[in-house]
Amino acid sequence: MLLLNASGCLDALAAPELARSLDGFVSKTVTPEARGGNEPVRIAETGHGMLNSIGLQNPGRNRFIAEVLPQLRELGLPLWISVGGFAAHEYAETCAQLADVTIELNLSCPNVDEAPESAAEIVAACRAATPLRLFAKLSPALPDIAEVARAVDAAGGDGLSLVNTIRGLELDERTLRPRLARAVGGYSGPALKPIALAAVYACFRATDLPIIGMGGIWNGRDALEFIAAGASAVALGTVLFADPDAPDRIRREVDETAGLLGLEDPLQARGVAHEPRPAAMAPNLTTTKVPAFLAN
Amino acid sequence: MPRRSLHNVIAAEQVGPYTLLRVERGPMEPGIPGQFFMLAAPGRILPRPMSLCLAQRGELGFLFEPIGRGTRALAALEAGDELCILGPLGNGFRLEVERPLLVGGGIGIAPFPYLSEALRYPPAILGFRTARHAEAGALVPNAEVVVEPTRVTEVLEPGYDVLACGPEPMLEAVKALAPDAQLACEAPMACGYGACYGCVVEVCGEYKRLCMEGPVLAAA
Repeated sequence: MLLLNASGCLDALAAPELARSLDGFVSKTVTPEARGGNEPVRIAETGHGMLNSIGLQNPGRNRFIAEVLPQLRELGLPLWISVGGFAAHEYAETCAQLADVTIELNLSCPNVDEAPESAAEIVAACRAATPLRLFAKLSPALPDIAEVARAVDAAGGDGLSLVNTIRGLELDERTLRPRLARAVGGYSGPALKPIALAAVYACFRATDLPIIGMGGIWNGRDALEFIAAGASAVALGTVLFADPDAPDRIRREVDETAGLLGLEDPLQARGVAHEPRPAAMAPNLTTTKVPAFLAN
Repeated sequence: MPRRSLHNVIAAEQVGPYTLLRVERGPMEPGIPGQFFMLAAPGRILPRPMSLCLAQRGELGFLFEPIGRGTRALAALEAGDELCILGPLGNGFRLEVERPLLVGGGIGIAPFPYLSEALRYPPAILGFRTARHAEAGALVPNAEVVVEPTRVTEVLEPGYDVLACGPEPMLEAVKALAPDAQLACEAPMACGYGACYGCVVEVCGEYKRLCMEGPVLAAA
């Protein structure tokens, strides 16, 4: 099972050993111009998750490509570059300047204004600009995520990253005022898991695109549920903040949990959530599909 | 990067309105005074950043005010409970100073007992909201304790190498009087090791991660 970090949840240069405990590193989102990010306070813990309002702080694509990317390559890991922008052509221009990476198009940051074009239009523009693999990272707040997934597929996308955070608000218990400076932020952590699972479930039924599942994965059981809903790989986000040893632990746990269900490989569970409930407890795994990209 | 490790709780003691949480040190390094540790608050999603207060033989001691969900959960720990800790993290105080003076306000005195020991017990000025809060002043040797409405800056004399920790308005006031002071800052933090970009503070017009650039910053 391929294990990645969720974009924006790890600085591989600050924690290279942690990055190397993953199967690939996903960068923080890179935008055409440098961004200082949002005013603090930027994070707040909630009852069952956390809010962030970072605001895509990054050095801009020129400095990223010239200074950061060469250092990331020294890690010797497969690299996924998260690309952001405020118009389709901005995404495409960044894609055109990248090589030897997988691209994740951030189509769903809850903390900045969105591009006016649809996800499919942005994917199409990027498809025309690069032969690199393009994954579309979608928001769980889309009214019909399956429809968007089909549109991404038709526009030439190679896969889906499901899901980004969802907008949330937390008030200070003493002042009843927002705890984040910008009031609303992206909600992540365990509370996001059922929402993310529903998105993976819907998109698995809608397309044959490989899916990276993410959203509140805290242990091996959570990861296996994403596989069962249709993900072919998973990414860790908020859990990395709480437990930098999470990749090794979750890898161990997912193998153990799969073993308890009689599976030699966790990926044998891919999509079983879509099959009829078994008469016995062991699931019928004969029809699971393992996507070709996992062989890399 | 340091590893997380499990530590047995020795005691959670009251010091005025504050809690001094003492845990077994095990093989964990206490680090440089002013560095911090991430403490896994039971039942919470995120760990809590705490500077080290005491580094007695075989122990680590953390002083905090139990006012939020995380600090209340940490204060409720009992002898024999286990606590997961990551650290030491960040940059501590620069200890090569000629005439050190510790200036602290409220829970900002937390790193001072350990810092005082490392600097061989220099003078300290500690300010508190109430006489009850000021009970924590007894943890810092050689300290002059003031209680509001008196402020630490009213008794701060020139000619010292100031090492300060406390609320932001106090740090601003100290900086105005001692432009070369070392200031230990505080910010909400999710990870403590540079991953989340949540703890930024403005340094030279740019948002920098306090966990990487600090928590001790040069006033200039």
